[in-house]
Amino acid sequence: MLTKKIFSILVFTFLITPFAVFAEGAHTELSELSESEKKAAQKEYIDHHLQDSYDFGIWHAYGIEFPLPVILIDEGLHVFMSSEFHHGESVVESNGKYYKVFHSKIYRTDAEGTINMDESTHHPSNVKPLDLSITKNVFTIILISILIFWLFKSVAKSYANSMIPSKKGRLLEPLVLFVRDEIAIPNIGEKYYGKYMSYLLTVFFFIWFLNLAGMTPLGIGVTNNIAVTFGLAIMTFLITQFTAKKDYWGHIFWMPGVPVFMKVVLAPIELLGVFIKPFALMIRLYANMTAGHVVMMSLIALLYLFENWLARGAFLGLTLFLSILELLVAFLQAYIFTMLTALYFGAAVAEHDDHH
Amino acid sequence: METVEYIPRIVGAGLIVIGAGLGIGKIGGSAMEAIARQPEATNKIQTAMLIAAALIEGIGFAALFAS
Repeated sequence: MLTKKIFSILVFTFLITPFAVFAEGAHTELSELSESEKKAAQKEYIDHHLQDSYDFGIWHAYGIEFPLPVILIDEGLHVFMSSEFHHGESVVESNGKYYKVFHSKIYRTDAEGTINMDESTHHPSNVKPLDLSITKNVFTIILISILIFWLFKSVAKSYANSMIPSKKGRLLEPLVLFVRDEIAIPNIGEKYYGKYMSYLLTVFFFIWFLNLAGMTPLGIGVTNNIAVTFGLAIMTFLITQFTAKKDYWGHIFWMPGVPVFMKVVLAPIELLGVFIKPFALMIRLYANMTAGHVVMMSLIALLYLFENWLARGAFLGLTLFLSILELLVAFLQAYIFTMLTALYFGAAVAEHDDHH
Repeated sequence: METVEYIPRIVGAGLIVIGAGLGIGKIGGSAMEAIARQPEATNKIQTAMLIAAALIEGIGFAALFAS
């Protein structure tokens, strides 16, 4: 009974996401603005929600939030709490330098906080300090990493006492076996899959949990950030290159079984492919997650634009359906990333007598 | 941007969706035919279909973001 209750609470949390996303929007007087002003305000709201922020806001409208430390390196170390920014209104002074937040980025300004806009690129031309702060995304990554570490460590320890793991292990064991039997062994082969299992498991659960966290009403968009997916793709790229066997490089530059002039033509294409494959990994995850969020928020924005209650009901149903689809996409994108990574690892350690 | 400058972007986005839809639809169709022929190979076919669909969708999304 208890598990049923917990499960229904979890499902409810995911299903109220669309409402919670725009609960704060109700506090601005949207009905008084004109049509195009409403659209502009909604666009700005959506953009703000997709970006990183310097404080962790659980419910901004009611003030449930806590500030995160801002760490800047700009001719010296500056550390202060982001609450001193007062939501982008005030200029913070630290060790003689002044900083201001403009569109979720920190710039160095003078005492009045002037931001000089560059006319041609429409971006500020102020200097940006090296920003190493703990932002919302960094905080979420740390939290999820600790969660995954604790989860799997406790499951691994429970194997010491019996063959059947503890209660959480009974949920996680089929998933781990799924990664091993469906993703690792078919793609990498029996001989070498053990070396790569830890990375594949980490990537799978990390991306899955991060995508799920993005679906909660907290407004955490970690995989919406192309820098995060870039980091993951770079790890795959580096591991592929540094654990590759000689046959891998032979296949790229001098593909066997093909006439000589084709080999010369194929070499640059294969070389480009070495870089484009992780690049596509990065773009795929980023675009899938961001597009899903943008579409969901746009549909809810349409809820506010229409006055007709029938239309509003229809869009609400569509948003609900899309939220459920997004949960599937969260798992699917983690699976696709892990599977393509395993595919590239398999190509790296493929032995010569395997396929020719 | 003027409203008329959005037209090429919208037309481009539509073309991208047509391309991705055709590609993934073809894969899905042939996957279903293959499953109908050999139901015991469903798992392998499903896996291969997902890989191909993800690759096409990756390009589709990248192009969509560039437009």
